[in-house]
Amino acid sequence: MTQLPTHTEKKLGLVIDLDTCVGCHACVISCKGWNTENYGAPLSDQDPYGADPSGTFLNRVHSYEVQPAQGDAQLIHFPKSCLHCEDAPCVTVCPTGASYKRVEDGIVLVNESDCIGCGLCAWACPYGAREMDAAEGVMKKCTLCVDRIYNENLPEVDREPSCVRTCPSNARHFGDLGDPNSDVSKLVAERGGMDLMPEQGTKPVNQYLPPRLKDRLAQDEDQIDILAPYLAPVATETKGFLSWLDKTLEKL
Amino acid sequence: MTHIQPTLDLSPKVSDEVRKTTCYMCACRCGINVHMKKDPLGDLKVAYIEGNRDHPVNKGVLCAKGSAGIMQHNAPSRLKSPMKRVGERGEGKFEDISWEEAYSIAESWLRPIRETNPEKLAFFTGRDQSQSFTSLWAQSFGTPNYAAHGGFCSVNMAAAGIYTMGGAFWEFGQPDWDHTKLFMLFGVAEDHDSNPIKMGIGKIKKRGARIIGVNPIRTGYNAVADDWVGITPGTDGLFILSMIHCLMKAGKIDLHYLAQYTDAAVLINGDEKSPEFGLKLRDDNGKELVIDRNTGKPAPFDKKGVKPDLAATMRVAGVTHRPVFHQMADMYLDEQYAPEAVADRCGISAKRIRTLAAELARVAFDEAFELEHEWTDFRGEHHTSMTGRPVSFHAMRGISAHANGFQTCRALHTLQIILGTVEVPGGFRFKPPYPKPATAHPKPHCKVTPNAPLDGPHLGFVHGPDDLALKEDGSPARIDKAFTWENPMSSHGLMHMVISNAYAGDPYKIDTLFMYMANMSWNSSMNTTGVQDMLTDKDESGEYVIPRIIYSDAYSSEMVAYADLILPDTTYLERHDCISLLDRPICEADAVADAIRWPVVEPDRNVKGFQSALCDLGARLGLPAFTNVDGSQKYADYADYIVNHERRPGVGPLAGWRMGENGLQGGRGSPNESQLDNYIENGGFFVEHIPDGANYYKPWNADYQDWAVKMGLYDSPQPYLFSLYSEPMRKFQLAAEGHGERQPPDHLRARIKEKMSPLPIWYETDQQGNEGFTVTALTQRPMAMYHSWGSQNAWLRQLHGCNPMYLPSNLMREHDLSDGDWAEITSPHGAITVPVMEMAALNANTIWTWNAIGKRKGAWALDEKAPEATKGFLLNHLIHELLPPKGDGLRWANSDPITGQAAWFDLKVAIKKVAAPADAQSQPNMPPINSPVGKGPSELKWKVGQ
Amino acid sequence: MHPAPSVIFFSTFSGLGFGLLIFLGLGMPATTGFSAFIFFAIAYLLAVGGLISSTFHLGHPERALKAFSQWRSSWLSREAWCAVAALVLMAIYGAGLVFFGQRWTIIGLLGAIASLGTVFTTSMIYGQLKTIPRWNSPLTPANFLSLCIAGGALMAGQTTAAIILLAIAGAIQVATWLRGDTAFADSGTNMATATGLGNIGTVRAFEPPHTGTNYLLREFVHEIGRKHAQKLRIIAIVLMAVLPIFFLLIPFNHIMALLAVVAHVGGVLTARWLFFAEAEHVVGLYYGKR
Repeated sequence: MTQLPTHTEKKLGLVIDLDTCVGCHACVISCKGWNTENYGAPLSDQDPYGADPSGTFLNRVHSYEVQPAQGDAQLIHFPKSCLHCEDAPCVTVCPTGASYKRVEDGIVLVNESDCIGCGLCAWACPYGAREMDAAEGVMKKCTLCVDRIYNENLPEVDREPSCVRTCPSNARHFGDLGDPNSDVSKLVAERGGMDLMPEQGTKPVNQYLPPRLKDRLAQDEDQIDILAPYLAPVATETKGFLSWLDKTLEKL
Repeated sequence: MTHIQPTLDLSPKVSDEVRKTTCYMCACRCGINVHMKKDPLGDLKVAYIEGNRDHPVNKGVLCAKGSAGIMQHNAPSRLKSPMKRVGERGEGKFEDISWEEAYSIAESWLRPIRETNPEKLAFFTGRDQSQSFTSLWAQSFGTPNYAAHGGFCSVNMAAAGIYTMGGAFWEFGQPDWDHTKLFMLFGVAEDHDSNPIKMGIGKIKKRGARIIGVNPIRTGYNAVADDWVGITPGTDGLFILSMIHCLMKAGKIDLHYLAQYTDAAVLINGDEKSPEFGLKLRDDNGKELVIDRNTGKPAPFDKKGVKPDLAATMRVAGVTHRPVFHQMADMYLDEQYAPEAVADRCGISAKRIRTLAAELARVAFDEAFELEHEWTDFRGEHHTSMTGRPVSFHAMRGISAHANGFQTCRALHTLQIILGTVEVPGGFRFKPPYPKPATAHPKPHCKVTPNAPLDGPHLGFVHGPDDLALKEDGSPARIDKAFTWENPMSSHGLMHMVISNAYAGDPYKIDTLFMYMANMSWNSSMNTTGVQDMLTDKDESGEYVIPRIIYSDAYSSEMVAYADLILPDTTYLERHDCISLLDRPICEADAVADAIRWPVVEPDRNVKGFQSALCDLGARLGLPAFTNVDGSQKYADYADYIVNHERRPGVGPLAGWRMGENGLQGGRGSPNESQLDNYIENGGFFVEHIPDGANYYKPWNADYQDWAVKMGLYDSPQPYLFSLYSEPMRKFQLAAEGHGERQPPDHLRARIKEKMSPLPIWYETDQQGNEGFTVTALTQRPMAMYHSWGSQNAWLRQLHGCNPMYLPSNLMREHDLSDGDWAEITSPHGAITVPVMEMAALNANTIWTWNAIGKRKGAWALDEKAPEATKGFLLNHLIHELLPPKGDGLRWANSDPITGQAAWFDLKVAIKKVAAPADAQSQPNMPPINSPVGKGPSELKWKVGQ
Repeated sequence: MHPAPSVIFFSTFSGLGFGLLIFLGLGMPATTGFSAFIFFAIAYLLAVGGLISSTFHLGHPERALKAFSQWRSSWLSREAWCAVAALVLMAIYGAGLVFFGQRWTIIGLLGAIASLGTVFTTSMIYGQLKTIPRWNSPLTPANFLSLCIAGGALMAGQTTAAIILLAIAGAIQVATWLRGDTAFADSGTNMATATGLGNIGTVRAFEPPHTGTNYLLREFVHEIGRKHAQKLRIIAIVLMAVLPIFFLLIPFNHIMALLAVVAHVGGVLTARWLFFAEAEHVVGLYYGKR
């Protein structure tokens, strides 16, 4: 049913730390591996060994260069997948009911057997979270590993999305963003987590933690002033240095 | 209205079986869970790969390469059968043959060599993870010509670390991620310790600790660094020495640490007339002498209760002998290292250098802490706690692949040591089998006897001219000229010189070149085109100048086309392997660990693990290490070797589950026939934790030393002092000054005297021939690709299918370039025409590209129109293994004069905007080679389970 | 957006077909028998042909019936209902005219409303999308409806009405373009909001996630040169409104009428191509393509 539920019991989603993501693409490929073998049709690849390889991916890592008014440019790696929006425009546009938002946890899914492959949901998504699989002709998207997070065939510790499990730098966190006491909610509160494209009114569940302030040792005059006394010379040449050394050793 | 939604199976079956083995998608060697599922025919197939949570290296995480292993394992580029060349070299035309035929061909080439002159075989391995095995084979064959690829990869860093502190960065040590508060990172190769570094960065970020990245390029780890220092390439040593200058001048150094654990207090012979001038003073037992601050008298450094004095000198017979630390003060307090004096060359402002040095000092000393671990040092002194200095450093190829890289690495270790941050809580920690000083490693061996093994291991650590690998006439004993006056401390050999030396017949001709997993006709050589010519050139008689080439690889790499005989290797999921303590460890700072690979699937092709093939071939050739007394084959295959080989009594390739007196035990013990099963049961690895109290201060910690002996890492405790002052280097200087019997050739004397400074120095690398070439060009390895392997992987090649040249904004403007334009990049050696892209977060005089994305048409089972082969390119075409001629009649190597490390980061280029090539293909555009394996399918819809 | 021929043909021809049906439903021209048959045949050919063409871009056309289920929320589903209603009602109404010589006014009126509704729902599929600021405007339905009605008038031979309606449609088309040109900038969605990094400095896309292409780039990131677009706009407006009005102002003649229709169709096809080609999806920001 493509009407959105009025309320979901949980708001499961990801918190992505832009201060920590090193841009390694581990999440991209782990996602590709799990979701090729699991939920729905495999994520296919066209011309995989040819001139124009192109496949379906549910998670991709962008990178942006940001030039501050002063100082060096910064590079930010930017993983992006479905944000499981509260007001998911992709769901309401679906003519067949294939796209839906789960009432128990807020996960946005595509029921592939109902999907006619019209692509309208991808048009409606501002984030590029949905990709039409060229081989299967159905819309694919992040399932938040719905077939992992409750899976009783997996050890409890592994019941999290494969991208989170594999992330080497721990830049991805999974949890209930509807519960203000959850670890992810606390992280969002502490670090000033943000919505992407808030003006689109989608109310994304996934949150992004902004990069911390960079290059303070080059920019921040206070820092520089505090540090300067650390290098007050004890001597300026060898002789003075050796006499300082002798005195200091005496005290050791 | 109620919300209607489908009912899902939330607990689908994940797999039919999980098999735990070790990844081989880079040198990180993570533990992996290979999920097996039955396909519709009922056969178990690899369905999904994830990290093994119990594994000491990756603790469950896995990088993109590892997760894409399924595509690597099933790549259409896999070789299918032994092959012999039927076309010309370089064409790629082959005929499938049987293993029996392959072995008999190899035997017919190798047996006569061994019987007459074993040095005619050059056996070099590339991304080999079994060097302790392949070197044993080479040693048993009797050739001196063996090495792996460390000479163009890591030797500066490894040798500098081991000579200075008995352990190196790379994957041989790690910051104390749990305690460090400031982590300073210099250029890092993204294929060694990659997941542990990422995990560590995540850990310290979580604690709010900070990272300083020193790198001309702000990507990857440098992108997440809190502060980025976009240094001018090749000046890291100068920057580091300037920080040392600042810290020493301010007295912000750990005097206790320097006195107790380093040679700073060791007395240096000050007698200018002595043949031992500049060497360390020693007592009759060979122990270095220090002045004991308690008595004011000289004493051996390790005497119980001795307090080494950093300040005192010793006057004997009118000569003053001063401690190392005096010389350091003389050298580093000099204004030539003042920030103002180095700022321009480093591309870092003097103020910033000072601020960075001050921050190191602040964290090291103001944030020092005590860890409540009792321990006893090697002098017998008991300590109730361990002092932590939470500043840690890490570095890799970025600083080492320069011709001043060895000294730069030494300088960095000196910085670590004066701050007292090595092997202390919060600092840099060794992973077993390190710490292990250079003196505890073998020396190089090169004595060749027909029909007999070499006289010892090929590679090792020289401690003076006597240890060089020279023949009686003084000419190089090794084909790569390792351990000669040109590069005396070349501990890893010089694989990058083998083909050009063999081609030139200098120092001698060889008969057979035998290589494993080394893409020498492409991305693993400097001067790619030149190497292709050398491999295909024929002499007057119409024979190839390098007469025979045997090559083993699992995939249809560019090198396959240039070999005469191909021994097809398996994929990593089809083979046995051991990640051995005898080799490159996977240990953690807190634990000793090793691991295996085992065939989680059987090969479906006529291929064989290369090591198993060597067991067969070794037995056919009658090599002693591979033959029983009765002449029969000693090891049926590599698995048999792994279980039953003993390097020393009780010490074998694997340390886990060895047979002790009271049953199975870790460390020492006799072979256990079910050892591999024990490993498999345990998830493919063995780990044993270092006891608390033994896990820091390891080089000097009596408990650690005893534990290491128990584990078989050493045969006796090996406490030692860190060598701020390198005595072996001083010995080479002495020779250059005319002392001793083994004398360098005259043309090298001045260079040896200058470059082999026993205290770290910085020098500008040789700029001869670089007039007009002013921009540094670098490569980096993408985190999702490993060497050339990634391109055959359908998933990974979508991430990096081609590589632009990245230019800083200022150079884009200067040359009127926009994204997607083309430029011709020239060096004194060659030219390439490539697409460019702008990058602002880049040193203003540096350009760079991703390494090894460019592919030869026809290789790796890719379409000839693949972007890797059309747009992708190699920087290698611009780099030569030799420097441009200087007019002195000699050709000087483009390498570090101390270790021979290939100096490919010294490359200087010029940039010119050009029109896009007519076919929009990067240049040079080489003709295709035949693919011996055909091409891949046009679509993938991968799913094993149904 | 990728200007997919199937969708361009669908929206142009079904718009024209339903436009004609509207007029037929209202009894303009008031024809019966064979003449009515011809008119209805043309209208159905255009409308149904367009609808069939629209299924060409579906991944699973065989599941198209499922598209009727979500009329509560989905404009595409509503479009399906409207189209079926219009075609069924107009079939009954047409049968009355052709076979029984009867004009069932109420059914004709309902059919006309359903036809209008079909074009409106079609336009709302595009107009509802906040992700494509150029489309996300009441001008989108106005544009579709005005063209549909003007085209219908033209097809129905309602010369006077056609002249006025074509002029109105042309004006709305120009307004749609002009508003559309600033829509992206006015939408408030930009690199800074897309990445949330705007407070650090100026954001520029660096490396794309993959060096190759993907569905998103193929579907949403179609780049068209500005100069090229301006030329096509002139061609479109001349063909769609100026020429047909000119032809209609010349004393009536079937050749002129045919030329007017041909020109109009060419103009609408061009405008529809531009409608897609010029539409910029906000996802392009993530790829630095805006």
